[in-house]
Amino acid sequence: MKTIGYIIQKEFRQIFRNKAMLPIIFIMPLFQLIILSNAATFDVKNIKFSYIDHDHSAMSRALIEKFNTSSYFNVITDFPSAALANSAMLSGEVDVILEIPQHFERDLAKDKYAPLGITINAIDGAAAGIENVYISQIIQGFNRNIRPELMQQGQASNLMKSINTIPLFWYNETLNYKTFMVPGILVLLVTMITLFLSGMNIVREKEIGTLEQINVTPIKKSQFIIGKLFPFWVIGLALLSVGLIIAKLIFDVPMLGSLVLMYGYTSVYILVILGIGLFISNFTDTQQQAMFISWFFIVIFILMSGLFTPIESMPKWAQTITDFNPIKYFVQVMRMVMLKGSSLTDIMPQLLKTLAFAVIMNGLAVWSYRKTS
Amino acid sequence: MTNELVIQAENLTKTFGSFTAVDAISFSVRKGEIFGFLGANGAGKTTAMKMLIGISTPSAGKATVAGFDVSSEAEKIKKNIGYMSQKFALYDDLTVKQNITFFGGIYGLSRAQIKLKTAELVEELDLKEVVNQLVGALPLGWKQKISFSVSLLHNPKIVFLDEPTGGVDPITRRQFWEMIYKAANNGTTVFVTTHYMDEAEYCDRVSIMVNGKIEALDSPKNLKTQFGVENMNDVFLKLARG
Repeated sequence: MKTIGYIIQKEFRQIFRNKAMLPIIFIMPLFQLIILSNAATFDVKNIKFSYIDHDHSAMSRALIEKFNTSSYFNVITDFPSAALANSAMLSGEVDVILEIPQHFERDLAKDKYAPLGITINAIDGAAAGIENVYISQIIQGFNRNIRPELMQQGQASNLMKSINTIPLFWYNETLNYKTFMVPGILVLLVTMITLFLSGMNIVREKEIGTLEQINVTPIKKSQFIIGKLFPFWVIGLALLSVGLIIAKLIFDVPMLGSLVLMYGYTSVYILVILGIGLFISNFTDTQQQAMFISWFFIVIFILMSGLFTPIESMPKWAQTITDFNPIKYFVQVMRMVMLKGSSLTDIMPQLLKTLAFAVIMNGLAVWSYRKTS
Repeated sequence: MTNELVIQAENLTKTFGSFTAVDAISFSVRKGEIFGFLGANGAGKTTAMKMLIGISTPSAGKATVAGFDVSSEAEKIKKNIGYMSQKFALYDDLTVKQNITFFGGIYGLSRAQIKLKTAELVEELDLKEVVNQLVGALPLGWKQKISFSVSLLHNPKIVFLDEPTGGVDPITRRQFWEMIYKAANNGTTVFVTTHYMDEAEYCDRVSIMVNGKIEALDSPKNLKTQFGVENMNDVFLKLARG
């Protein structure tokens, strides 16, 4: 125990000695948190909207006005012909083209029916889908408004009883993507910093030759590893604290669940990441190799964590892979505890899996660390 | 010097794939002896030393150090030896004092012992000015002397020095050898590799390795007589050139 204390003391001294390191550990991630949380939004806004009005009637203008007042659409241009509109879409100036046919108003009045042409740039399929929904909603709204007008002269009996759907958005009532993203990005930062620090640390001692000196001492493998990893464990939790404060102060993300639970889970989670880092350290000879391997894992872990893309929409085989991704569980737990106020029982499956990973990874790390070659 | 043997090697061998770095060497070192371990670059000195200090497992043969087997009791050996590697191995980003505290601590010295040892070293090596400076900022000669002292912190029975005076000036080398003599007088066995043949003259006995084998082993005086030359340099050249 005393020996571990000496190692911890030495590690902290080295971390605090390195003037460049503390800002890297604490300031950079916070910049990332603030910038990414604001930028990485799934909201589709400022859609570049254009129209071709062949009708020039009161009704066609009313429809265009509907789009104009929507906060999602910026009405850019009125194209005289489809050819011009198409070339504008080709050059990326517009996302959506609405084509109102000739006799739109007349047909609506006479036949109670008129077609509309909608063209959507679908290079980004997800965005196009959302745009389609917005457009449909606006047109339906328009439809409801004009119906009474068209059904004047005592046809009120024919008035359709429209069915209304009122969606209820739970846990994130305002559909604020920041509420959704901040916990996720915080996960990412805690993970990256702890993985890189632990992955680089021992291999660095290999490079400068001090590890050989350590290996000649009677120190026990477990003492050395605990002493090495403890400081990074503390840094990981400190980073979480700073992140949670930022989430509250800047983004006003609620913290519905228990902080104790949040810290308890994160403590176990960081052990998994440190184990992975150490394992990488043991199998590499230079910091450069360790960096590349760490990045390899980070990229896979992040993209398959459900942070940016929902796991439900991944192919089956990919979903199976995500079961072995510790970041996935951290993202889930973070969102559950912060936004839903989940209890220990709720997060038990995630906690148990994370605990299992921690045992396996640290077991492998201690096993693969060799004092003798 | 007694006749107690603190290092005994029998057909000690290390192979890497098809390459034999150390080829069945046998020798023994007596307690309190200064044993010079000579050889050209790549002759296998460092590999042999790594087996003796328990960080490299022998491929064949056996050896005991301080009474413990290098293959099966490496961790017990480590309690009884000090080691100063060829690559300078104190932490550059810690001060002299912090390095002493750290290495003292992991060798199991108490806080009080560490304090005492630090005071002793400051006195002996005249470190008062630099004890709170970062090791990285010190000249090489200083680093080597401190590194040697750190390897002696826990009063080991045997100290292994791998080219301890590489790259330092003649005066510092001289001082360094005075430190080695002092350690030997206190009963510590010194196992030292070197490229400097004048240093070989300071040893009680020297072995000379050529291509993984020990080609000669005796006192410097006897070796010179045996090869009929004036100095160790010529002994070395005769052997190394074949």
